Amino acid sequence: MDSMDLDSSGVPPRRTLPTILCCLCGVPITANPSNMCINCIRGQVDITENIPKTSTIYYCKGCARYLQPPKHWVAAELESKELLALCIKRLKGLNKVKLVDAGFRWTEPHSRRIQVRLLVQKEVFNNTILQQEFFVEFIVEYQQCDMCKRDAADIDEWQAVVQVRQKVVHKRTFLFLEQLIIKHGAHEDTVGIKAHPDGLDFYFLHRSHAMRFVSFLNHVVPIRTKQADHLVSHDTNSNTYRYKYTFSVEILPLCKDDVACLPPKVHVLLGGIGPLVLITKVSTSLSLIDPFTLQTAELAAPVYWKYPFQALMSFKQGTEFAVLDVEKSRERKGKWCLADVTVARSIDYGKNDSQHYISTHLGNFLNPGDLALGYDLGNAVFNESLLAGHKRLQLPDFLLFKKTYSKKNRSKRRMWRLKRLNMELDDAVVETAYRKSNLDPIARMAAEQEEFLQDLEQDQDLRTNINIYRDPTKFKPIPSQMDVDQGNPVPAATQNRQVVAEDGDEDDEDYPEVPIEELLEGLNIEDGPDDFSAPSRAQPSS
Amino acid sequence: MAVRCQFENSNEVGVFSALTNSYCLVAVGASENFYSVFEAELADHIPVVHASIAGTRIIGRLCVGNDKGLLLPNTTTDQEMQHIKNSLPDKVVVQRCEERLSALGNCIATNDYVSLVHTDLDRETEEIVADVLGTEVFRQSIAGEVLVGSYCSFTNQGGLLHPMTSIEDQDELSSLLQIPLVAGTVNRGSEVVGSGLMVNDWAAFCGMDTTSTELQVIETIFKLKDAQPSNLVAKIKGALIDNLS
Repeated sequence: MDSMDLDSSGVPPRRTLPTILCCLCGVPITANPSNMCINCIRGQVDITENIPKTSTIYYCKGCARYLQPPKHWVAAELESKELLALCIKRLKGLNKVKLVDAGFRWTEPHSRRIQVRLLVQKEVFNNTILQQEFFVEFIVEYQQCDMCKRDAADIDEWQAVVQVRQKVVHKRTFLFLEQLIIKHGAHEDTVGIKAHPDGLDFYFLHRSHAMRFVSFLNHVVPIRTKQADHLVSHDTNSNTYRYKYTFSVEILPLCKDDVACLPPKVHVLLGGIGPLVLITKVSTSLSLIDPFTLQTAELAAPVYWKYPFQALMSFKQGTEFAVLDVEKSRERKGKWCLADVTVARSIDYGKNDSQHYISTHLGNFLNPGDLALGYDLGNAVFNESLLAGHKRLQLPDFLLFKKTYSKKNRSKRRMWRLKRLNMELDDAVVETAYRKSNLDPIARMAAEQEEFLQDLEQDQDLRTNINIYRDPTKFKPIPSQMDVDQGNPVPAATQNRQVVAEDGDEDDEDYPEVPIEELLEGLNIEDGPDDFSAPSRAQPSS
Repeated sequence: MAVRCQFENSNEVGVFSALTNSYCLVAVGASENFYSVFEAELADHIPVVHASIAGTRIIGRLCVGNDKGLLLPNTTTDQEMQHIKNSLPDKVVVQRCEERLSALGNCIATNDYVSLVHTDLDRETEEIVADVLGTEVFRQSIAGEVLVGSYCSFTNQGGLLHPMTSIEDQDELSSLLQIPLVAGTVNRGSEVVGSGLMVNDWAAFCGMDTTSTELQVIETIFKLKDAQPSNLVAKIKGALIDNLS
């Protein structure tokens, strides 16, 4: 029995397929599942019929890239893998067949034709797989990519402009906003950016781009907008109108560290806070703190615009104090801690013995010997309207708003940089700059920029929303210690510190620095529009 | 003569009719077109009968028969069976058989001397086949298909098999049946030869899609070129005389 089983299963029965006649042409063929000869199958079915034999791909002459729909532009050489992938992706109907092989057929580069050879397989009848080779011709059409279009477009071609304004004396908000814009790539559609005395103008080719930009601003800063249309020309026959659209965006004129006296209405609305408050944060709403009670509140932009008020003093008017003694109280709220501190004005130091015993919310941050910035409200002169409406309002003489550090040139020690937007300076900026101070506007901007950078160093919260890049010039390549192999290679951070220590003067150990982990790689100085170069001055047009 | 025809737009003419040397059963269709094709070819020689089995029209697949007998599935109603009995020549034995595989036409292929049956067919049914149809019975499969009735078609003259039947299998079947066999297709490459083709010793009917090449193969293997009932009789006469003298 066993041997029989072995016999029947061990030796496979010989099966010779019979010769049959092709059912169409009568040619003798070996039987196959379709019962037709190859030529008849080819004649009956075309597996490539759902695949277009010509197609179009778009090429940007300016940057030598091909369009990968919907909006990517890919650089690819002729006859390269990337170009082949791009061409094949353009073909519809290839998913119905199995692609076995693909390649290029050589064409003259200037013919603007790309011929792709494709080898495909498909099951045609039951169990019959047909393989077919065919060529697809791609016509290379020229189309400018968005970037080249933007480069080519003159700023005068703009159709919509977003005028962002903040009516304050400093540029702090705009420097921060610039970083936010860069981080989110919100400036990609702009054809130009112009700096004005109180803000920036962003020019766009299309109204929709401008609206998108306004909506972006709405998500990052407290603003109010107004829109105006200017009819440039119209054609009644074809019923077409050409407008220039202007979006006027006003950023709320309050900044971090400003001190303000809330109007009575807002004072009541926010639960009796203040009315003298410090602004601790500006995002889509204002964060306020009463420095004497640690009461905090959020003021939404619409409420502000209903009851607008101005800052009593802003951080530029701050006075430097030396902290002599700190007595923390038990009262805390979040990072704030109420404390009584003894301070003396830095300018008084060594001249007189006047000391001041004041209350502050910065208990957690201040130690004896530190420097702090505060407002000298007792000696300041205010516009009466800023304090109107409050009965028996007693202003304190001094109000601390932040810890500070000795003034030094810290730019040398700084191992990081920021990207900048490429903006033109309006003529008005130059004029006002000359009028206001004798400083060169470029130098003035550099000073403001430096202040902003120091702010970033001292405030971690501020850094979280923006991209900070490591400065390639400060990170020197590691000397070839690895080759010598002295055992433990020195960690990169330590080495960098050494490099810095060589050219920096004395260390101030408690100055906060941006940790190396927060720095991003990959900033290219030759980045074009976003390069580091100080803003270029507009060419006088006439 | 091989004739192309169509049953209500279907090329599977063997599904809707059953043909032997002594009778022809045709399903009742919406029109008489299909019936009249058979009538024109056969009515002079054998009865062409309208029939239904178990109320369906797929009579070709449900019943199987030859010159001597006709096997019906157990789903056939008494009335249908009586009608068929009345219409067929007296010498034809009509028998109902209790078989689980009730599509007898798919499971059994036969000529007047040999029957091939589905490998799983009941032993009792096998005996009934032998008794009623008066044939030798072989359990066989064709090109790996057990539905021998669907995938082959043969008469006393020759037979057409599933196109993938190997040469070895063809030789084996040929020696069983003692007739020439060929692998081929009907209906433009269809391998279900049994349902695409109705054939007896002098006439063949195939689907409208059948190409001339296929028709050529059919006419050759079934020796239909000059086959007429009268010629057959002459041939038999000749043989008889040879035998007697």
